[in-house]
Amino acid sequence: MYRMRRWSVRNARGLKKLYSAIERILVWCHPLLRRIGFARLDKPFMRIESLTKGFLLDSRNCGQCIVGFTGLSCPMNCPKKMRNGPCGGVRADGNCEVKPEMPCVWVLAWEGNQRLREEEIPLQVVQPPVDHQLIGRSAWLREVRILVEDSSHAV
Amino acid sequence: MQFEDEPLVPGQRLPIRPGHSSFGRLERVLRAGGFAVTAEIAPPDSANSAEVYERAALYDGYVDAMNATDGSGANCHMSSVGMCSLLCRRGYAMVMQVSARDRNRIAIQGDVLGASAMGVASILCLTGDGVDVGDHPQAKPVFDLDCMSMLSMIRCMRDESRFLSGRKLTEPPPVFLGAAANPFAPPLDYRPLRLAKKVAAGAQFVQTQYCFDIEAFNRYMAAVRDAGIHEKVFILAGVGPLASARSAEWIRGNVPGVHIPDAVVRRLKGAANQQREGVNICIDMIHRIREIEGVHGVHIMAYRQEHWVAEIVERSGVLDGRRPWQPPLDWKNAAWDRGHPAVTNAPGRQAMEKVS
Repeated sequence: MYRMRRWSVRNARGLKKLYSAIERILVWCHPLLRRIGFARLDKPFMRIESLTKGFLLDSRNCGQCIVGFTGLSCPMNCPKKMRNGPCGGVRADGNCEVKPEMPCVWVLAWEGNQRLREEEIPLQVVQPPVDHQLIGRSAWLREVRILVEDSSHAV
Repeated sequence: MQFEDEPLVPGQRLPIRPGHSSFGRLERVLRAGGFAVTAEIAPPDSANSAEVYERAALYDGYVDAMNATDGSGANCHMSSVGMCSLLCRRGYAMVMQVSARDRNRIAIQGDVLGASAMGVASILCLTGDGVDVGDHPQAKPVFDLDCMSMLSMIRCMRDESRFLSGRKLTEPPPVFLGAAANPFAPPLDYRPLRLAKKVAAGAQFVQTQYCFDIEAFNRYMAAVRDAGIHEKVFILAGVGPLASARSAEWIRGNVPGVHIPDAVVRRLKGAANQQREGVNICIDMIHRIREIEGVHGVHIMAYRQEHWVAEIVERSGVLDGRRPWQPPLDWKNAAWDRGHPAVTNAPGRQAMEKVS
């Protein structure tokens, strides 16, 4: 159970590098993507994202991916949808309070974070609440648009 | 501690002192360097205000503020807004607990404004227990925010005078912001950092989960001090009496996040009167917690054991002879919340209106 999730946090460093590489490529492709049209690309992108991220991270397609901050552990798998760290109910064995058979996503996130070996602990960035309008849309396209365009146009 | 600028009419706000966020007594006691005592008041399963007042009266003169819980353990009770509304009108200092489990950002921001207008000075932001552990497991878990985003949202309302949407408020809510901390749940080495993150998000005080394992708490506090977090936030350690060895076993097996070491359970088992021993253990814990540098008070959680709180405070000497505010006896049975003309025209109120 949850083998891929565990594998992903163990390989957080490599996956984060891969993630940044994809990001760079997409940023480079931005003019092309814009010409095709972001709205038109959303569906095909989502198909790729839910296949890859779904397999590796059990992604929930929130459309505003922050796994780069959470040691490659998808916080949307938390039954309380906590995006800013573990609740106080984590069991002594590191499993979830609500789903006793599942490792707490934040215990995994902390493990992944330590593998990232970054100076600033990314886990410490306070994440805003989920924008429910973005759920089910492509997080990668959104990220690219935030990076390239003014963030106010990105949504 | 009776403040010299206490309002003559209960429920009126105290003046906000320079450098303070709120008009609350809890913030005043903490900022004055006092060792604060707060206690949890359990909301009744009832629509009768008298039950609320009876529960509050148990703490009269023993606590600096009361925490009104918000559907704790995901069980349904009177709302924390309702509790605070009733008790603030009588002048009590309240900490309103807000759980992200049941309400979204629209509801919570509305409640914050309403609560502040009613006299709530302190708000404790919680994510809340999952609905599965409570009495309505069929309920929709909302979790639109988490404790961290709730803290930063309310701080923004207070300091920047705007909603999360950016829309302006005409008057911001002057609230003292709190959060919870559990030093005893995995990942243990992340817990001090998590406290730092809550402070960064806006927490000005924290109340911890039950501290029965003093060694573990000492390790946590050492890490907190190393990072200098204890200078940026007031830390109130959670304590409480255990009713018996059996209930201790039950709590550690069933209540998420509570860690009770075997030594405590053994001590209870060996006692002739387990309930008394539970109180003794609680008093011992308070003594040991007071010696830890960086702890600014205790938070007593005595669910269904509320009648012991006065004795715990008294015998532990935690207040150092200080006597927290309590409603004057002649207010208690007044028809205050019914808008009685004798009350509305009271000389005290007129005096206050002149002052303000």
